[in-house]
Amino acid sequence: MSRETKVVLIGGSAGSIPVLLQVLPDIRSDLHFSIIIILHRKSYPKSSLNQLFESITTLNVLEVEDKTELVNGTIYLVPADYHLLFEDDKSIALDASEKINYSRPSIDVTFESAARIFNSNVVALLLSGGSQDGVEGLKNIIQHGGKVFIQDPNTAEVDYMPKQALEQIPEVEQLAPEQMSHFINNLK
Amino acid sequence: MELDIIRDEEMDLLLEDVSSIYGYDFSQYSKASLKRRLNRICLVDKFASFAELRYRVISDKNYLQRFVEEITVNVTEMFRDPLFYKKLRNDILPKLGTYPFIRIWVAGCSTGEEAYSIAILLQEINLYHKALIYATDINPTVIEKASKGIFPLSVMKQYSENYIHADGQKDFSSYYTSMYDVVKFQEDLNSRILFSTHNLVSDTSFNEFQLILCRNVLIYFDKDLQNKVFNLFDNSLQTLGYLALGDKETIRFSSLEKRYKQSKGHKIYQKMT
Ligand SMILES: C[S@@+](CC[C@H](N)C(=O)[O-])C[C@H]1O[C@@H](n2cnc3c(N)ncnc32)[C@H](O)[C@@H]1O
Repeated sequence: MSRETKVVLIGGSAGSIPVLLQVLPDIRSDLHFSIIIILHRKSYPKSSLNQLFESITTLNVLEVEDKTELVNGTIYLVPADYHLLFEDDKSIALDASEKINYSRPSIDVTFESAARIFNSNVVALLLSGGSQDGVEGLKNIIQHGGKVFIQDPNTAEVDYMPKQALEQIPEVEQLAPEQMSHFINNLK
Repeated sequence: MELDIIRDEEMDLLLEDVSSIYGYDFSQYSKASLKRRLNRICLVDKFASFAELRYRVISDKNYLQRFVEEITVNVTEMFRDPLFYKKLRNDILPKLGTYPFIRIWVAGCSTGEEAYSIAILLQEINLYHKALIYATDINPTVIEKASKGIFPLSVMKQYSENYIHADGQKDFSSYYTSMYDVVKFQEDLNSRILFSTHNLVSDTSFNEFQLILCRNVLIYFDKDLQNKVFNLFDNSLQTLGYLALGDKETIRFSSLEKRYKQSKGHKIYQKMT
């Protein structure tokens, strides 16, 4: 199986939006993969996070809907109150089942599904947050041969989530926010 | 918690069994979601292998109900997506109020929260007396729960917040009586709701409606099955009636698209011809 990146998954909770606002403007629009952002957020009031992201990047930003198909060079935002899964044909399925780790969307759910479908072609990045969510998913991605990274806990507004990851996956690589866009732009 | 003991071929085999023995056809459901549910059921009901689960499903008729309950997702809320209910309250339902009689179908109603929410709206705008709500689901267990109108007390805070965001003016707790850790909704609220089982995959149209709600059900169906169900709804909807879908669902890929007009900013579609 080729090592070429097909999807980049970015999971975050408290304190992760400022990081994305810093990183997204410098992302190239001719990427050969899609970026999927899974953030913990409130379902009400309806947020306009996708408009906010749209205003700072040249890439297309879409809030995922039922049966959305992945297009390279596009940023997909998982909607509040749904989990995002991947089908065998690599299309997207939304799922409104139980919260996992008190969260819907749950970062673990998408990470684990991506690991199963995209195997070694996944790159995942876990940002700032005060939750456990995401760590199991990172382990899963490693098991399937994908690559995982965390935000350097020293740079995280809320370091619990990346620290949990570091504790359970000591070899995980760390990125400071200012390194992230360069890193993403240069993925093979 | 994620365990992964089910392979695609095995899943297909089991679904074939369930279809041929019991007549429930899940073959056009989202595989990604089904697989999660099947893994979950193995975990919760402590099946050590997929073969064990399959044996139980095939051999124990009484287990089937539990199986259906676990592999379909029943998560629901009252006034979920408050802005949707606000739109119903302030625009759609008053328009339907001009009919002598209002028939509403809540398809995939789960434990009934959606149907009770609509009943509350209708009551508050003085239309309930001339309305009838048909609330249906594939799963007999949730239908039984729904018809009792008893819900956990612990979720009332959330429901009450949703209700307020949906322009609710009353004290939400006036709609129910608390009994320890559950609440029972007022009897008159379900006086005009008919709960029954109905399978969107295999059952046919049973009436003509002015409003059909089918929210967060179609996300579990593949495109072909969605189209089939859209045609069922089309056949069950009066001209100028409304079809309401979940926040992330759309008729965009279906043959209905050209004949239905979308309410701006909402997943509410009006049948034009
Ligand atoms: C996630 S719930 C949605 C509940 C509610 N409509 C809401 O939006 O909150 C999905 C429901 O669809 C039902 N369902 C699944 N397949 C069905 C079918 N073939 N026919 C009827 N109902 C079905 C499930 O049993 C479940 O109760």
